[in-house]
Amino acid sequence: MKKIGVSLLSLGVAIGVGLGSVAVIDSAHAGWTPRKPIEFVIMAGKGGGADKLARFIQSIIEKHKISPKPFIPINKGGGSGAEALSYLKSHSGDSYVVMATLNSLYTTPLRQPGLGINIANFTPITRMAEDTFQLWVNSDTNINSVEDYVAAVKKAGPKAWKMGGTGKGAEDSLVTAMLSKKFGIKMTYIPYKGGGKVAKELIGNHINSTVNNPSEQLGFWDAGKSRPIASFTPKGKMSGKFAKIPTFAELGHGDDMVYYMQRSIIAPNGISADVKAFYVDVFDKVYKTKEWQDYMAKKGLLPGWLTGKALTSYFVAEQAKHAELLKASGEMK
Amino acid sequence: MRKAELVMALCLAAFSAYLMLKSAELPIGWIPDEGPGGGAFPFWLAAGMFVCCMSVVYRWFRRTSPISQSTEPYMDKNTQRMFITIAGSLTVMIGAIHFIGVYFSLPLFLMFYLRFLGRHSWPLVAGVAIATPIVTFFFFEIALLKTLPKGFTEPLFYPLYDMFL
Amino acid sequence: MEIINLLIGGFAVAFEPLNLGLIIFGCTVGLFIGAMPGLGSVNGVAILLPMTFLVPPTSAVIFLAAIYYGAMYGGAISSIMLGIPGASTAVATTFDGRPMALKGEADKALIAAAVASFVGGSISVVLFTAFAPPLAEVALAFGPPEEFSLMMLAFATFIGLGGDDIPKTFFSIFIGLALSAVGLDIVSGEPRLIFFDIPGFFHGINFLVLAIGIYGIGEMLWTVEVSKGNVQMSKATVTVERTFDALRKVLGTWKTMFMGSFLGFFVGILPAAGATPGALMAYGIAKSTAKDPDSFGKGNIAGVVAPESANNAASTGSMLPMLTLGIPGSPTTAILLGGMVIWGLEPGPLLFVEHEEFVWGLIASLYAANFFALLINIAFIPAFIMVLKMPFTILAPIIFCLCVVGGYVPTQDMHDVWLMLGFGIVGYLMRKLNYPLAPAVLAIVLGPIAEPAMRQSLIGSHGDISTFFTRPISGTIMICAIGLLLMPVIKILKNRMQADRKPEKGV
Repeated sequence: MKKIGVSLLSLGVAIGVGLGSVAVIDSAHAGWTPRKPIEFVIMAGKGGGADKLARFIQSIIEKHKISPKPFIPINKGGGSGAEALSYLKSHSGDSYVVMATLNSLYTTPLRQPGLGINIANFTPITRMAEDTFQLWVNSDTNINSVEDYVAAVKKAGPKAWKMGGTGKGAEDSLVTAMLSKKFGIKMTYIPYKGGGKVAKELIGNHINSTVNNPSEQLGFWDAGKSRPIASFTPKGKMSGKFAKIPTFAELGHGDDMVYYMQRSIIAPNGISADVKAFYVDVFDKVYKTKEWQDYMAKKGLLPGWLTGKALTSYFVAEQAKHAELLKASGEMK
Repeated sequence: MRKAELVMALCLAAFSAYLMLKSAELPIGWIPDEGPGGGAFPFWLAAGMFVCCMSVVYRWFRRTSPISQSTEPYMDKNTQRMFITIAGSLTVMIGAIHFIGVYFSLPLFLMFYLRFLGRHSWPLVAGVAIATPIVTFFFFEIALLKTLPKGFTEPLFYPLYDMFL
Repeated sequence: MEIINLLIGGFAVAFEPLNLGLIIFGCTVGLFIGAMPGLGSVNGVAILLPMTFLVPPTSAVIFLAAIYYGAMYGGAISSIMLGIPGASTAVATTFDGRPMALKGEADKALIAAAVASFVGGSISVVLFTAFAPPLAEVALAFGPPEEFSLMMLAFATFIGLGGDDIPKTFFSIFIGLALSAVGLDIVSGEPRLIFFDIPGFFHGINFLVLAIGIYGIGEMLWTVEVSKGNVQMSKATVTVERTFDALRKVLGTWKTMFMGSFLGFFVGILPAAGATPGALMAYGIAKSTAKDPDSFGKGNIAGVVAPESANNAASTGSMLPMLTLGIPGSPTTAILLGGMVIWGLEPGPLLFVEHEEFVWGLIASLYAANFFALLINIAFIPAFIMVLKMPFTILAPIIFCLCVVGGYVPTQDMHDVWLMLGFGIVGYLMRKLNYPLAPAVLAIVLGPIAEPAMRQSLIGSHGDISTFFTRPISGTIMICAIGLLLMPVIKILKNRMQADRKPEKGV
């Protein structure tokens, strides 16, 4: 053991000295290539929707050997993403960190101004997709339309009607606020830890309705246990079996009943153009794989490739929208 | 022992009080229709901690618990020296990780401990100090893909990554 | 009959050469990952997930299930040998496993853990095979009030586990629960208890940080003090004779083993709970129903058997809500679930219908993995004993290094390593003053399940506490919990009365 150890170390040092110069020359002509594993920070905890998606992306990178060095997922879900944002901010100029984001990218800096985060400063890489939201009820109920739903909520009264969702101030609560405002209904909002748990609570009849993403309810919907009432998407955007779900706009409730969960990748500020180009290229290759395209179609995600300045302006515009939503729902003054 | 018991109870009571203050940043009362507020759970637990500490202090004055009667020293000279050396060297080792990384900090700590506390022979010291970081590297970084902090020694590892990843 | 045919088909899948090889390889890798302090089945499964893209989905899940099983067996190894629970599921194993190792009976404790795990795993796989669909309904019936009641029951079963010093025991429970509240309050969405605004507190205080601090660093400091000149930690040897003796003793605890297995399985299928509360409850029940409860915590073999049979049973149990409802029963199954989605399998009610071959292949591989994990585990026992025989001055610094690396790896944040050192040192100083620390470690595991469940229930009932008692399942569990909680109080009163009757001894 000892001997092997010593010889391995000396071998390592020898090769290190020898190869070091060669590798530098080699990588010079192909822009920037990473020399060590890349931290793939996930802005949410283990097991949630964002985590699954990020690990799926990582697995595509791995499977097709898209990057010469591995992407290593690290969950930093603390404080609704505050931990991840502080981390990215403190790693300014670090070429070995990228982050998978969700909508807490907008809401967390707004709700916790003390963090001093300006999302326009981060380097935008790409937007991979936009996840959608639908209004779901248990299929044991005889609610089949938005009208039935509104009538049922009004009949039950604000105390008895339970809407489940993720934490207060998070996406689900904003969509619920939109819904309440539009139809003048009141519901008791119960926050849970993740969308999967929310979906299960609906099937177990512990809550009356949810605004889950399709991926969270898909299994139950296929098994006939839950039913989508309407989709928070614009007309004609969804494909496959999701196209059958009416949108609020189609039902004549206005074009403003639209809400997306963005699934984007960002990097710290101050990275060089070569580094940025490398990451854009990696995720472009991921985006074009059959696996990713199939996944989006199957899970009801909308294709949404966006990069560069357009992505930054998208972030800024979305954050302004979220500021309005948060104010309307009373989560921010 | 007696003195230590009191000092510890007072320190923990102070910590409990700090926790209560910190918890009170969020509502600690009962919100009608919703149940307890966000700070209630830690606040009342911290209050419970405080009461427990006070009860320890009370028993200390009454001398009713075994420890408050004990006349043994809390730490004898030997233990004290041991404790300070080990806790101190651990602190230095963890602090050094920020600068020279795990792969240089661990061997230095191992060498210090094995040689000066364990009084083992140099060949054994060297063997453990060299083998540990190598095994750690291959197990964590190559097999499990978990990068460990390296401080400014990072570039030294690039060739190893090129070879094994 | 149909189930048996399906199962035979499943075995045919599990025993294909590729799959069998993966089972053996997975069990071995899992065993070592589980035996590392800081790394548990979650890490093993998460880390090796990308490797599974080289093989077909059924083989992939078989491989991950083997790692899962191996790691569950391995968790007991560091609990017994080093006194450091590698994962929260193995905390209860340290209570008696560690004293056994110190008495020179590490080999017996390891055998007890392996056999109990095997029995727990086997019973739960049988229950799983026979009752999967109806049990899924039970899992669905568990809403927040039921979860909270269950957590109360878990607390009640281990309230008697603390030391004799009542205020200090309560202090320990309270501080564990209070520390579990650090991080984010999910109900209001506000960050909470961010001490000195250090960002490291945003992700809360990981159970492992406290456990490695107290059981790793604190325990080592304690051992250094106690052992003084003594160079060897343990004098265990392995002989065939001792092995048979150990086996006989383990089989003598069959009642405990069965209790642990059934309890573990049923707690495991409940979506929120997972294996940790199951193991704790099994330990608590084994102790309170034993003829000699005082010998627990001092190296009673039943104290190793109970939690080990329960945590393995629960790990199979927690696959059930994952497969049938798509709800992970534990962090590890959450990762497995992610893997299934990547392979294009949709967990949920239809999985049993649409992917029959996959489901039964997995179940059969659970049987196979369980068997091989037992064999591999027993084969390695002599090697583990060898490690224990190393002089303490070599073992101690290596364990310190393991603690530092193990504290870093789960979150990859140096903040947690510092926190761990702090907990270790303060824990050691507190332990010298008779503060029991195990309750704090257990509380930090259960706190994050109990608090949200309580508050979700109360939001749903608009602040009406009776919701915990009026729902049939919740009410029953709650009444059991209160009964158990009152038991030690009655005992204390009874002792007081007896003590009063006796003449004063002059304390």
